[in-house]
Amino acid sequence: MNLQNDPFDPNIDVWNECGERGKSDEAVPTSVADFVVSPKEQESQEFLSRRSFDSDDPQSVAHRAIENSVMKGVFQTDLNRRRFLKAVGSSATFAAINAMIPFGSLQAMVDDAMKKIEKKELKVGFVPITCATPIIGGHALGFFEKYGLKVDIIKTAGWAVARDKCMNGEYDASHLLAPMPAAMSMGLGSTSQDWRMVTNVNTNGQAIVLANKHKNRNDPKLWKGFKFGVPFEHSMHNLLLRLYVAEHGIDPDRDIQIRVIPPPEMVANLRAENVDGYLAPDPFNQRAVYDGVGFIHKLTKDIWDQHPCCCFGISQRFIDENPNTFIVLLTAILDATNTVEVSQNRVAFAEAMAPRNYLNQPSAVLKQILTGVFPDGLGNIKRVPDRISFMPYPAQSMGVWILSQMKRWGYIQNEINFKTVSDDIFLSTEAGKAMEAMSDKNRNVKWTDIPASKYPVYDVYGKEFDPNKVIEYINGFSIKRS
Amino acid sequence: MYFRIRAASLSLVIFLCFLFAWHVLTADRRVAADSRTLSPGERSQLLENGMPESDAIGYAQKGLTYEQILQISELGLSLEDIDGAGGIEAFGFTTGGAAEEARTGFPSPALVWEEAYEQIRHPFYDKGPNDKGIGIQLKYSLLRVGAGFFLAVLIAVPVGFLVGMSPLVNLALAPFIQILKPISPLAWLPVALYVIKDAEQASIFVILVCSVWPMLINTAFGVASVKRDYINIAKTLELSPMQTALQVILPAAAPTIFTGMRISIGIAWLVIVAAEMVIGGIGMGYFVWNEWNGLNLASMIFAIFVIGFVGLLLDFLIGQLIRFSDYKE
Repeated sequence: MNLQNDPFDPNIDVWNECGERGKSDEAVPTSVADFVVSPKEQESQEFLSRRSFDSDDPQSVAHRAIENSVMKGVFQTDLNRRRFLKAVGSSATFAAINAMIPFGSLQAMVDDAMKKIEKKELKVGFVPITCATPIIGGHALGFFEKYGLKVDIIKTAGWAVARDKCMNGEYDASHLLAPMPAAMSMGLGSTSQDWRMVTNVNTNGQAIVLANKHKNRNDPKLWKGFKFGVPFEHSMHNLLLRLYVAEHGIDPDRDIQIRVIPPPEMVANLRAENVDGYLAPDPFNQRAVYDGVGFIHKLTKDIWDQHPCCCFGISQRFIDENPNTFIVLLTAILDATNTVEVSQNRVAFAEAMAPRNYLNQPSAVLKQILTGVFPDGLGNIKRVPDRISFMPYPAQSMGVWILSQMKRWGYIQNEINFKTVSDDIFLSTEAGKAMEAMSDKNRNVKWTDIPASKYPVYDVYGKEFDPNKVIEYINGFSIKRS
Repeated sequence: MYFRIRAASLSLVIFLCFLFAWHVLTADRRVAADSRTLSPGERSQLLENGMPESDAIGYAQKGLTYEQILQISELGLSLEDIDGAGGIEAFGFTTGGAAEEARTGFPSPALVWEEAYEQIRHPFYDKGPNDKGIGIQLKYSLLRVGAGFFLAVLIAVPVGFLVGMSPLVNLALAPFIQILKPISPLAWLPVALYVIKDAEQASIFVILVCSVWPMLINTAFGVASVKRDYINIAKTLELSPMQTALQVILPAAAPTIFTGMRISIGIAWLVIVAAEMVIGGIGMGYFVWNEWNGLNLASMIFAIFVIGFVGLLLDFLIGQLIRFSDYKE
């Protein structure tokens, strides 16, 4: 990690492997605010002038997004950021960060990191669902190679196994459910190990599917006595299903049964009439239609548009030990995420993910999901281009909403500070600051999902959710357990 | 000999009946929708919605109803959009149900054979970590079973010997053996994963745990039930205890010990598939899980046949050992 030869680094004390860590720690700023006064105004200017941003040029937009996202990922914690700065270690970067918008020479920084990748061969886990498209399609289409990484992506049988393999060190990084890194860091249900949710991989992309025999009961009010499957108890799926049925007067604990079924077994269970329906990730919703077993009752997009779902998780230890690799890996993921978000690229992703090595599904099913042109199983064709979206930025209020529902249904018994906990789950306050600054100062960046604040107000199934009024929100529901 | 030929013919007849029943029950009964024609009024409506006439006629010929075509036109979907979504055949409108390629229900024998042929032709292909040929998958499963089984032999035979020789040890260990024996080896899997922190070693451990008990109990039983006469003769011949154990008791107990191994290897083979389904990665269990994940029943059934066949082979090998070690009194 010796950066002495870095051309951008004439002045800064670089952490070398001989030690002197404590000493250089003091030289490094500890919060975003410390960057406000730049030691290198001039260099900052140079960097800014060297860059150009053209909103019509997709590559330029993508680069911009990557840069922003990289900083977001890097700014998870103070420690993380210090190490990162030490690794990159250039005053030029300082200046660029100081400029804050548009985050200056990040591309150059990534180039720089690419020259100093500590660990070229990586193992990344994924659960075979379309949520993981940026990881799976990214691998199939060579996004990792493009950045000089040799990544093996390994299919994992379920979330618990994914967690264990992450903790065992078998995976360097993995596709996880959004709340999992926090649970792993807090040691809920496992030993404690610091894992970070570095980016969302997708939003939307789930649906409620019912068995064909219920075609005449396509209304939640008629669902008393139904059995539903969800992939994991502590998941968006369970919470969204509960919210949805409760809004239609069905008590999810008393009037229906909700059981946990691994996603791949959903269709088989529906066919065997073990369940009447499920709220599951794709491809298993569209697959039920394709196989003539069920129909899509409702996309989760229509319950809460742009709800979070899965994330890309990585261990703090990996970030500490391989800061350059981390940046490059994250950049590759974000590049793939941004690419697949563009509708013209989606057919290519769908085709790339169909083989047995990846999702092992008919390509037609994947195309229907990713392009959003699909039969709903009731004889209709639907066109919903954002049926699944790939948006890297999570926002804290999403975390607060998850907590509010966990409180509502009695998963959380204690009184908690919703915001503190959600800061842990999603982003640290530092990253929030960076994002705030970004959206305030650079509104012309058309990256639609940069939340205007850390705690934006959302419309969740027709009810406004204000993260500052969580208790009122919970009390506003007539069916609840708390 | 004549009797054997009769038995073999009967087996063949049963198998053919089974294949025939399978074929009849899984025959494809889906009927393609009839070609339709559009009335001039319908055509002009579609044209008005911006759909090229050739597209409209094409959809109608494939059996789509006017309402369905109207919907496509109202959504402004071009033929290119439909192709991008996998083509109209994948929408299930042309077959009045499941999509054209969707293999609904149970696959027919022909389909399974097609899949099997493809797999057998290229048993060692390697298209990345999640897609390897059946030969490679088998190799990994067999290596795991071999490793776990071998370790189990190293533990079970000496301990079983001790238990069989000494009534005291027998009684002392009995509660542990009786409690540990009925635990499903898969119940150990999460514990093993947690403690060992390595999926590979955890699965070998699970094999070890499941195959140790039958061998241990059979060894103990075999050793305990060696005829007193043999041991008395050994005493008369003034053989040392070690010599008695290795030259008299071991050969005498060998058939029973091998029978224990035969039971163990069967269980180990059952368990490895289940363990690999949970752990994933590579192996026959993973192969089955991966195909289930994609709902490819045909290749799952092929895999099931392969698993059965290999199980038979393992059983046969140990069976040969039993025959070899057997003796007449």
